[in-house]
Amino acid sequence: MHVSRWISSSISAATYILGTTARLLSLLLAVSILSFCLVSAAPFDPVTAFIGPEAVISPEQKAAIAAHWGLYDPPPLRYVAWLNNVLHGDMGISLIYRQPVTEILLERALASLALMGLAWALSGILGFVMGVVCGVFKGSVFDKITKTCALALSVAPTFWLALLALMVFSVFLQWFPMGMAVPAGKLAGDVTLADRLWHLILPALVLSVSGVANVTLHTREKMVTALASNYANFARARSESRWQLVRRHGLRNVALPALTLQFASFAELFGGSVLAEQVFSYPGLGSAVTAAGLRGDIPLLLGIALVSALFVFSGNVIANVLYGLIDPRIRESAKPFRPKQKKLPDTSSTSPLPNTPDTSSSPVSLPSPLPPVIALKPTGYHRRPGGCSHD
Amino acid sequence: MTTHTHPHTHQHYLHIHEHDLASTHHHPATYPLLSIRDLSVRFTQYERGLRQITLETVSSLSLSVDVGEVLAVVGASGSGKSLLAQAILGILPANARISGKMTFQGQELTAQRQQQLRGREIAFVPQSVDYLDPLMKVGRQVQGVRNSRQQQQAVFERYGLAPFVAHLYPFQLSGGMLRRVLIACAVIEDVSLIIADEPTPGLSHAAALEVMRHFRELADEGRAVLIITHDINLAFDVADSIAVFYAGTIFEHAPMADFIAGPDALRHPYTKALYRALPKHGFKPHPGTQPYAGALPAGCLYAKRCEWSTPECEQGTIEMRALRGGMVRCIHAL
Ligand code: SF4
Repeated sequence: MHVSRWISSSISAATYILGTTARLLSLLLAVSILSFCLVSAAPFDPVTAFIGPEAVISPEQKAAIAAHWGLYDPPPLRYVAWLNNVLHGDMGISLIYRQPVTEILLERALASLALMGLAWALSGILGFVMGVVCGVFKGSVFDKITKTCALALSVAPTFWLALLALMVFSVFLQWFPMGMAVPAGKLAGDVTLADRLWHLILPALVLSVSGVANVTLHTREKMVTALASNYANFARARSESRWQLVRRHGLRNVALPALTLQFASFAELFGGSVLAEQVFSYPGLGSAVTAAGLRGDIPLLLGIALVSALFVFSGNVIANVLYGLIDPRIRESAKPFRPKQKKLPDTSSTSPLPNTPDTSSSPVSLPSPLPPVIALKPTGYHRRPGGCSHD
Repeated sequence: MTTHTHPHTHQHYLHIHEHDLASTHHHPATYPLLSIRDLSVRFTQYERGLRQITLETVSSLSLSVDVGEVLAVVGASGSGKSLLAQAILGILPANARISGKMTFQGQELTAQRQQQLRGREIAFVPQSVDYLDPLMKVGRQVQGVRNSRQQQQAVFERYGLAPFVAHLYPFQLSGGMLRRVLIACAVIEDVSLIIADEPTPGLSHAAALEVMRHFRELADEGRAVLIITHDINLAFDVADSIAVFYAGTIFEHAPMADFIAGPDALRHPYTKALYRALPKHGFKPHPGTQPYAGALPAGCLYAKRCEWSTPECEQGTIEMRALRGGMVRCIHAL
């Protein structure tokens, strides 16, 4: 019996991995085709982008370069050529940085990961703690202030926050440097880890703000729901104190959605990093995408599109797998790797009262089984799925 | 199913605690374990446009229950019966206001005392799986915060729950297992009053009867059991007395024997109509609906449907009064 169960769970695990890989490949293909169409339609002139606008060359020379690059071929042919190169590990040369795209991606992705990772951890930990406190002490002064601030900050544009932070902390208070990843004018060999951290803190804080706000609101709402649930009421009827209630039932039921939300937030994180990196001149993927977009660096743009799709996709896959591993309702059922929430049979409607409008619940609502959030291109004013709007 | 089906004697049907039923009549030295006088539960709500309305979901409800006794509170679904359980336990929603007097073991049941007593002297048996934490194993939940693993195992054994059930999550329980788990939660605490809210939904008649017998057994061991149900047939088999719940109040509280004897032994016109509407008594339909909690009429809540109704019925409050060894809320009942 155990063996057969093990076999069936291994089979479903294998099915899940195969399915996920297939989905990833088709996603990357779709992203590359779409991006290719977009950049083909855009009024980019790769030759000018490459030689620079000041360089004076004759139209004949330009045409010769374009012909050499195959720019007169029909777009499908160009796409296939590009795809073929990518499959052989060659993503082309960046027109503006004059370096292989793969090298740039690697270097920039590392810088971006440091920034996003710090912001991500900050928003997860800080948001969760504040959300729990707010939910437990719902209606208290702390709760009201935090909720109002979180609502305001969750809709504040990142670039505006970044400018504000630069003005206050870098210009007036001079606590932090004016952007960049390392001190200007210092030799690469002399740059210390402390230097890097010091440059990282302000952008990471700014980038984490909307995350902290959203996680706080989400956690708060889940905690309020958990403490008002029938199971909490039953625990209360069995003489559990408020602290026991929070520890035994509240945290348990709040941590699960918070954790999956955390991984599903990669899309917003990436979107936010584009703006934050731009304002702080931080040399990550985000600032590279802006530069590539503005100056028509097609190979780099396509490369970043692929990397960001991969990044967001992995976040969603991790979220789904984690959900399956942590939630006993999925883990303990026959198909442990099916990333879907099992609907519990709703045996009764327990409240005989007409709906009591809960005016204090936060407006952030998330679909519980997280849908695969796939952002083809990060956009500026990114919001959580489900939206966040005032009452 | 269970290995514990204690022989159940029918003597309880005839064993009537008159002093409990007519709490105004009993000797001052003896008091029922739980006594409720004129309990009302009101909700203040905001309708569209911030208009404030008050819903009186329980109104002037009186009843009492004593040790060794099973009292069935029978009423239509959605008539606010569950609030009675929540009011006794002190776990009503925050926007509820209560009035009236409740005593437990002769002392007034204040909010503070409710907090001390619930889970220790008064246990609650809820109605659905929603009342268990979906993410905590059943064994730990039954054990609760004040009992040992050994106690949990003992109570599992009592209700024929195999040891592996302790490691299941609530969603994995079958309907029958769930009932026994919920009862186990109450029995593991050494309480003197058990309040069960609709304890048999979704069970076959045989399985539901089995659950009811568990409650009978708990009463026979010296506890008081208050069962809130919509199924009067189940009450027939195990209860000592039945309280008829209507529009948030109790119309009649009578010994089981009267419900067996028939309409002439019963007191309230609604109870008589209810009796005649039972399948085994000809299924005579009873026209009309219960009044809405937001618009309760003055006087008798039954006046609109009552065949005996007179102008006096719609004036003033109709008091609960003792009559022929039972309690009734009707001025014309004989
Ligand atoms: S008080 Fe009047 S209306 Fe109410 S049940 Fe008795 S007779 Fe009917």
